[in-house]
Amino acid sequence: MTEPVLEVKKLCKSFGALVANKDVSFDLREGEIHALIGPNGAGKSTLIKQIAGGMTPDSGQVFFLGQDVTNVRTAQRARMGLARTFQVSALAMEYTVLQNVVLGALGARGDVFRFLKPALKDKELLGIAYEALERVGLEDSAAKITAEISHGQRRELEVAVALTLRPKAFLMDEPMAGLGTSSSKGLTRFLDNLRAQAPILLVEHDMDAVFSLADRISVLVYGELIITGTADEIRADREVRHAYLGEEEET
Amino acid sequence: MQREKVINALITLLLVVMPLWAWWADEPFILTLLTKVAIFALAGVGLNIALGLGGLVSFGHAVFFGVGGYAMGILASHAQSYSPIMEIPFLIEGTKSMPVIWLVAIISSALAALLVGALSLRTSGVYFIMITLAFGQMFFYFTISWPAYGGEDGLLIYTRNHFPGMNTLDPIQFLIICYAILGVVLYFSARLAKSAFGLALNGARQNTERVLTVGIDTFRLRLVAFIISGAITGLAGALFADLNRFVSPSMFTWQTSGEIMVFIILGGVARLYGPVAGAALFVFLEYVLGDLSDYWHIYLGLLLLLVVLFARGGLIGLLAGREVAHD
Ligand SMILES: Nc1ncnc2c1ncn2[C@@H]1O[C@H](COP(=O)(O)OP(=O)(O)OP(=O)(O)O)[C@@H](O)[C@H]1O
Ligand SMILES: [Mg+2]
Repeated sequence: MTEPVLEVKKLCKSFGALVANKDVSFDLREGEIHALIGPNGAGKSTLIKQIAGGMTPDSGQVFFLGQDVTNVRTAQRARMGLARTFQVSALAMEYTVLQNVVLGALGARGDVFRFLKPALKDKELLGIAYEALERVGLEDSAAKITAEISHGQRRELEVAVALTLRPKAFLMDEPMAGLGTSSSKGLTRFLDNLRAQAPILLVEHDMDAVFSLADRISVLVYGELIITGTADEIRADREVRHAYLGEEEET
Repeated sequence: MQREKVINALITLLLVVMPLWAWWADEPFILTLLTKVAIFALAGVGLNIALGLGGLVSFGHAVFFGVGGYAMGILASHAQSYSPIMEIPFLIEGTKSMPVIWLVAIISSALAALLVGALSLRTSGVYFIMITLAFGQMFFYFTISWPAYGGEDGLLIYTRNHFPGMNTLDPIQFLIICYAILGVVLYFSARLAKSAFGLALNGARQNTERVLTVGIDTFRLRLVAFIISGAITGLAGALFADLNRFVSPSMFTWQTSGEIMVFIILGGVARLYGPVAGAALFVFLEYVLGDLSDYWHIYLGLLLLLVVLFARGGLIGLLAGREVAHD
């Protein structure tokens, strides 16, 4: 078996008395979508932050491409090929849609310290940027100010920026949050194809999307990872139904 | 064409016509005021890179203005007293040559910005403002207590420094030098804002997390911006010292930092010509209101309040509209 692209080993994180992650271990393998589900406040976003950088675990390790990156800074992890989308859109809101993706392409190319050449006239950056916009269907909105596009378009823009990085793995924190049914379906189809490019760690509350997409599903409850398995295994598991899915059936 | 560009062109035209008129009418005082406008604008263009583009509210740019000023003062005072700055381990002599002075001013204020930035950029928000302010005070008290270069009294330079091929004592010629430098730096600053560096820096101001996540180290980005910013303000300090033929610790006061910020706020934060419009307005008010009352800062304060409350884009924003140019 080839080694996993991403591996988390016994990750622990507490905020005061609150244990947000407790001994969490799992991995993400080439070609797969690994969904991470769990009730609100289970510690999913906390886990993503520690994998992406920007939050240091209390203990445990994060391995990316076989390298221990636990103490590597966020920007360096991104340059290694770890792309992240946020639960709450993190975009440069005053910039146009195009400027946001060009920024992504620029970060990936790595030559930020150029002071004279206009970035928006750089053919290479523009090529990567437009390609990413086309893939998510935002090319017609390229000139719009990010603060003025719809919420759904901003979710797509987040994904487009991640694409410009040409990453080795995607970390997506609730990409469907707040999307209408048709947009969710569209994004589901898109992610389905994306896994061939790079594996995806997908945090998502939309169970239709999760069960149709995920090769494997991990369930996080009160900071603990209680099970990892295929969609069928998860559906069949009593503990999961009790802790998580059961709640949904009742409503 | 965008309205802001038209406004900028009009301001440029006005700033070119006024000295020509003053020169023709033989009004050297007006020429001196206009030179002051250019120098203040230059200091503001420097701060605008940190503040406007980078969102770094530095209350310590007096440090760089002062370091630039003292670079000029120290070099010129040694030259006029014919005493070398140091002989051991190697000889360094003073100089009256403007280009050399400028270079030393740029390098030393860039180094000061590296020092201040490396320590203060680890913080943000109010802490950043406080640390930069504290650095200003440290430099201020250091120059006061350093007797070798005049201490509290500062340094008097008897004649203006030299520029090859020009008579710098002639007000219009010194004005041309200052205008030329401002022009070059404005051009650089316009290019910078659109460059890869500017895109990332401005992006980090809007959302640090976003820029980090695409693999750009925002600390280094801001540090480089701070150094460029400080170096430009330092160059302005050297020119200001040359205009007055005098340097004193007052260049390092927090009031100086505040005034440089006022130029930008009056003119328009992050606007290319913001510092130019702001410095012109400031010098004009100082001249007109300062004649009427010693307490003209009250009116300046009122105006600032109005700008902050009702015209966030400053003078340029008021004239050109809210929309910032995107192309
Ligand atoms: N910086 C922080 N300081 C203190 N507590 C925090 C911090 N970040 C998260 N928490 C807490 O840790 C717990 C886990 O939060 P987290 O955001 O990881 O949950 P989540 O699984 O992503 O939830 P959701 O599905 O609502 O997004 C929550 O109780 C939250 O309040
Ligand atoms: Mg979350």
